[in-house]
Amino acid sequence: MSRKTQALAALCAGLMIAATGCGGSGDSGGDDNTIIWWHNSNNDPGKGYYEQVAKDFEKANPGVDVKVQAFAHEDMLTKLDAAFQSGDPEQVPDVYMERGGGELADHVEAGLTKDLSEDAAEEIEMIGGSVAGWQVEGKTYALPFSIGVVGFWYNKDLFAKAGITAAPETMEDFYAAVDKLKAANIQPVSVGAKDGWPAAHYYYWTAVRECSQDVLTDAVKSLDFSDPCFEKAGEDVADIVAKKPFNNGFLSTGAQEGPTSASGLLATGKVAMELAGHWEPGVMQGITEDKKGLGDKTGWFAFPQIEGGQGDPAAQMGGGDAWAVSEGAPDASVDFVKHLLSTEVQTGFAENGMGLPTNPDATGALTDPALADLIKVRDSAPYVQLYFDTAFGQSVGGAMNDAIVNVFAGKGNAADIVTATQAAADKEK
Amino acid sequence: MTHDVTEPAPAAPGHATSGARRTEPVRRASGGPRGTGHRGDAWRKRLEILIFVTPALALIALFVAWPIVTAVRFSVYDWKGFGDLTDFVGLENYAEVLGDEVFRSAVGHNMVIVVGSILLQLPLGVAIALLLNRKMKGQGLLRTIIFVPYVLAEVIAAVVWLQLLQPQYGFIDAVTAQIGLTPPEQGWLGTPEYALWIVLLVLTWKYLGLAVLLFLAGMQGVSEELYEAAQLDGASWWQTQWRITVPLLGPTMRTWAFLSMIGSIQCFDMIWVLTQGGPADATATMATYLIDEGTKRHNYGIAGAASVILFVIAFAMALAYQVFVLRRDTKEDTV
Repeated sequence: MSRKTQALAALCAGLMIAATGCGGSGDSGGDDNTIIWWHNSNNDPGKGYYEQVAKDFEKANPGVDVKVQAFAHEDMLTKLDAAFQSGDPEQVPDVYMERGGGELADHVEAGLTKDLSEDAAEEIEMIGGSVAGWQVEGKTYALPFSIGVVGFWYNKDLFAKAGITAAPETMEDFYAAVDKLKAANIQPVSVGAKDGWPAAHYYYWTAVRECSQDVLTDAVKSLDFSDPCFEKAGEDVADIVAKKPFNNGFLSTGAQEGPTSASGLLATGKVAMELAGHWEPGVMQGITEDKKGLGDKTGWFAFPQIEGGQGDPAAQMGGGDAWAVSEGAPDASVDFVKHLLSTEVQTGFAENGMGLPTNPDATGALTDPALADLIKVRDSAPYVQLYFDTAFGQSVGGAMNDAIVNVFAGKGNAADIVTATQAAADKEK
Repeated sequence: MTHDVTEPAPAAPGHATSGARRTEPVRRASGGPRGTGHRGDAWRKRLEILIFVTPALALIALFVAWPIVTAVRFSVYDWKGFGDLTDFVGLENYAEVLGDEVFRSAVGHNMVIVVGSILLQLPLGVAIALLLNRKMKGQGLLRTIIFVPYVLAEVIAAVVWLQLLQPQYGFIDAVTAQIGLTPPEQGWLGTPEYALWIVLLVLTWKYLGLAVLLFLAGMQGVSEELYEAAQLDGASWWQTQWRITVPLLGPTMRTWAFLSMIGSIQCFDMIWVLTQGGPADATATMATYLIDEGTKRHNYGIAGAASVILFVIAFAMALAYQVFVLRRDTKEDTV
């Protein structure tokens, strides 16, 4: 009996040594030449395009094996969280998507993400200022491959029907347009407040208009929201809500799913405009039966200027996705990420309408006219403020979004937004 | 918990009370040909118990006990979901959850659903069960119709109601508008003052079938002789139901109320699909609070503390109900 136990113990010990021996080389998800890549383009043409990109990379780098896994967006986020939580490097993909901001900072703090500052210095230089959202303490941890901006998408026909000749530029113009639309018996604006963030984007935007870039940059670092511009931004939102521009039942309207969602109402001509990101034409195409969305009727204008605001009038608010390499991934992963940012891959990315490329040489390849216009706006902006809920992290962002929805529901005021955000932020310090 | 599992295992009757009595029936049963047999038999019995109980215990340990222990562990740390548990904060998370107005209102909403479900479904369920218990044409069909909502998956039922309740374009708003009433501006689910009550109505629609089914089953257990005796005494139909059926349905009602209560405390799916706890947290329950804080905001410590509080509340209510309400039934049975 005891001899048997001893033998078993010896066997276990041997196995453990062997196991740690393997693990010691620090690879994840297979051997040194296998790159596991997770992305969220799970529909064609994006899915097929990325498969081709992986194959081309394998051909150019003999011996390297790229394993591509495409997920629906929400599934990918859930799986990524689970993989990181498991603490098991085998579960974590080598190349994955980072949305930047506080979420990335958490990953960096937990030692999950590789510092790319030196290995990808050229690409970082090429992308320019937009990379700031993916930097933590001066180091760059991911390379943004698509950055979009949030603005008002509108139905040109409905605007014309209401007698609106020019897209609104100031808040007064905006309110005038709302009144004209109402007079023409058209619901002016849809917002998916049920999902929280579509309503919260109004506050992010008023804050970008009210606060100077320095104040916003400081706030992301210090998590201090005492500057009066944050409360002023909340008052602006309360003013907009008080004008009642929104669709009936906006508090129980979802963002993007189905014809009664905020995007659906715009796509089917039930409302005249909606505040949304660069994804909106694609979402609307998915909702309408003819897969055309609003088609030629699609128009876009930037969030109206607010008089007396400290923000740069050309500043934009938006966000994007970046490729990151997990700590302990094979070295070839970094090369692969650099390849994904190359002019060649980004051009194909743009041609397939998969997003707004960050490689300046690829921006001309956008075929969708709405996106081609949008990228001009983005590239002429002095800076693109990252969505607050991403920039400040999920915990602070979640508290902020809830407080903003409360203002939409008439259950709170501008000061409550700042108080709730600061309270959540203080817990992070 | 372990009690429930081990209880059915000993086969011989009258055994569980004392150690001295326990060996007796065993010896009697085995007191046959083999002189030293009872020792081996006792061992065999224990082995048998072990073999039968182990799988269940292992599953409970893995899927009940371990998650509870893990939740308790998370609840005393400040943890974002990644890396090691290093930031020990003691009971701070608990203080924060209990001090959070959203959580307190969530507990309140849970209680509204607990009490509201019972107050709505009990009288309705009994009334419908009494009707369906009468012999009439189409009885089977009617029973099926009442029971269909319960068979539907909760999420599917919720999606159907979500479509019906769409503001402005939904069926219900269209009907209200047709009969000349103005539906609320924000829609039924978008108005904070109505949302919880609408959810409660949908829950009632969904779970009424279970109440009716259980009550009908309970009514089958009422002896036919009692009805005959009542008839001979000249009791009317109403009197028969009120004096015989309903009182004898007591144990069934109490068991049903227990199930309903547990379900209401854990209420999640329906609310998540209909309102996601909104608008402005007007329909948040403890379960939606957990998802919000944990999965969405990555405050796993807070979510852990909230889940422990949810567990304690559910456990205390279940225990109190067992002791003060269900005990009557078990006593009646044994006497």
